[in-house]
Amino acid sequence: MATKIAMPKLSDTMTEGIILKWRYKEGDKVKQGETLVEIESDKADMELESYDSGILRKILVPEGGKAAIGAPIAIIADANEDISALLAGSPIPATIVAEKKASPTVTPLESHEQSASPSQTAAPTNGRLKASPLARRLASENNLRLDSISGSGPQGRIIRRDVEGAMKGSTAKSLPQPTIVPGTTQDVELSLIRKTIAKRMQESKQIAPHFYVTVEIDMGAAIEFREELNKASTSKISFTDIIIKATASTLMKHPQVNASYQGDKMRQYGYAHIAVAVALEEGLVTPVIRNCEQKGIARINLELRDLAERARNRKLKPEEYQGATFTISNLGMFDVEEFVAIINPPEGAILAVGSIKQKPIVRDGGIFIGNTMKVTLSSDHRIIDGAVAARFLQEFKKTMENPATLAL
Amino acid sequence: MPVVSYREALNQAMDEEMQRDERVFLMGEEVALYNGAYKVSQGLYNKWGGRRIIDTPIAEAGFAGIGIGAAMAGLRPIVEFMTWNFSLVAYDQLVNNAAKMLSMSGGHFNVPIVFRGPGGAAHNLAATHSQALESIYAHIPGLKVVMPSNPKDAKGLLKTAIRDNNPTIFIESEVMYGDKAEIPEGEYTIPFGVGEIIKEGSDVTIVSWAKVLQHIAVKAVVELEKFGIHAELIDPRTIKPMDWDLIVKSVQKTNRLVVVEEGWPFAGVGAQIAFEIQHRAFDSLDAPIERVTQEDVPLPYAHNLEVASLPSVERVIRAVKKVMYLD
Repeated sequence: MATKIAMPKLSDTMTEGIILKWRYKEGDKVKQGETLVEIESDKADMELESYDSGILRKILVPEGGKAAIGAPIAIIADANEDISALLAGSPIPATIVAEKKASPTVTPLESHEQSASPSQTAAPTNGRLKASPLARRLASENNLRLDSISGSGPQGRIIRRDVEGAMKGSTAKSLPQPTIVPGTTQDVELSLIRKTIAKRMQESKQIAPHFYVTVEIDMGAAIEFREELNKASTSKISFTDIIIKATASTLMKHPQVNASYQGDKMRQYGYAHIAVAVALEEGLVTPVIRNCEQKGIARINLELRDLAERARNRKLKPEEYQGATFTISNLGMFDVEEFVAIINPPEGAILAVGSIKQKPIVRDGGIFIGNTMKVTLSSDHRIIDGAVAARFLQEFKKTMENPATLAL
Repeated sequence: MPVVSYREALNQAMDEEMQRDERVFLMGEEVALYNGAYKVSQGLYNKWGGRRIIDTPIAEAGFAGIGIGAAMAGLRPIVEFMTWNFSLVAYDQLVNNAAKMLSMSGGHFNVPIVFRGPGGAAHNLAATHSQALESIYAHIPGLKVVMPSNPKDAKGLLKTAIRDNNPTIFIESEVMYGDKAEIPEGEYTIPFGVGEIIKEGSDVTIVSWAKVLQHIAVKAVVELEKFGIHAELIDPRTIKPMDWDLIVKSVQKTNRLVVVEEGWPFAGVGAQIAFEIQHRAFDSLDAPIERVTQEDVPLPYAHNLEVASLPSVERVIRAVKKVMYLD
């Protein structure tokens, strides 16, 4: 049965995809459920499984080539089947369309969103993840989700080394230094992810009137609080984890900041889905930790580690980087004192976090050596006024300077 | 410690047990006056005489049956098959009388008998004289199957077999009869069902026995070390009973198993080991269990095809790399 394989919609904002690698050659036998092709979307590299068994008769888009969503990228058919009609681009015979209605590879994908896109994680085939028994046991003992691990064994089987790799956690990989020959110019093709960032940031800065409010926070108590937490915690709690929790707690008291501009209304959220910017080689992604207002710091730490690691490996699922109500961007690790960030639409505000610096602090009429951190809130003035932003930061500062309240 | 050949070790075991128990006797083709087709019974006729070292006609079904009857009547026979290939003529006696008598007589008749002789391929003996038959005996309830891989085990296990009150299938190897190694000084026996770790390792477990253990698996393990792969090599020594705990413990450590055997693949001993290990150590396995066996064909006479059909060092290395996802 001849079937056209179409470029699937792999993320909300995707308009086209790049073929990274065909796993089969023309003429190869392809089985239903096997990974057919690796596709780069604007957010992640994903694997597309074949929904049909047959012979990969024709590759229409070669490796490195682009195709718009829904455009045919290959044809799978029986060995001797006539595929000239499909090749000529004429409509697929009606009978085939009817029989194949359920198959996402021939239905127009735009209208079906995620439900229609074939599974994108490494290993599942027909809803089943392939993993060695040992890998399953190790993952379960270490509270790792198998679907968050990519398999390196045959047909994507997750094996011991994959789980152990994932267990090493989010040891930050240093980004490679860009290289250029001195005295020359070079044109670098923009990756999809870069193009998406360019488009969205430009839109945000042009459409949403930004304004910025900065506060300096005495971090003495937060430093002690973190040390106390780490005495009790098996995995290392970071300042980011504490900042996320403090932000969530503050957002719940300031719904005007936890909001988005919607033309004639503003939508306020009764939950804090906080996105955290994670730098990649070719851009950045913002995985979302959901319902931070309900989660403890340890849980936030665990989820962030997992999300960040998979973000770096480009294994995030669309639902994991969509739907945030607020974003935090932390450049503290780069020794940045303060900076301003561009709002991540449709959110109403973003918090830019600088590094913790040793400084003289005036307290009770005396000068002490202490540690401070500056944060800057960028707000969309269409829905947030200066005083609202200031009150939010005042509360955030109070929380960070009395972090024990986060444990309440 | 004394260094003896595999055949000398077997000879010592029979000699010592005949000394220890006057009910023990040996019979088979050419075992007496000719001192054994492979000289395993060298000197025994001269020492013990024709009442206890008995030459038989070329009639395996007949002398196997006589042995079983003698065992039922209270003697402790050792029956030598010139090779295990010829036991097929006596298969009915072994399967239907030796193995079943205790059960079918309601416990009245033990059959304390040892059937012994060389098994497996030697060189250019062609299909009917080159068979590794351990699986078809291990399949039968009531039979124990013993396959020593070295002189020490050959002696200790044969003494245990002679003292056992039930029938034992004791499979030696023509190719190993000349292999020499140290054995313990003086009297010793080795219990059935207790395997041995020949070499410790952490990366993969290899289970093998008898000739292919000594002549193939050991060499493969040495080669694997050159790749930085530390294989753990296990010799179960007795096929039935099998030392499951030893293999399970090893697989729990290495997470991978390769079984190397001379027999054919279908329903072979390695198939049983693969079943038991996936059953007992499922959550420890990181890769499907691999087997290296003889090809599923009658062994060809032509030397090049014979070599291609039997397990080899290269095939063991390939199997190990496969379970380690290095292929």
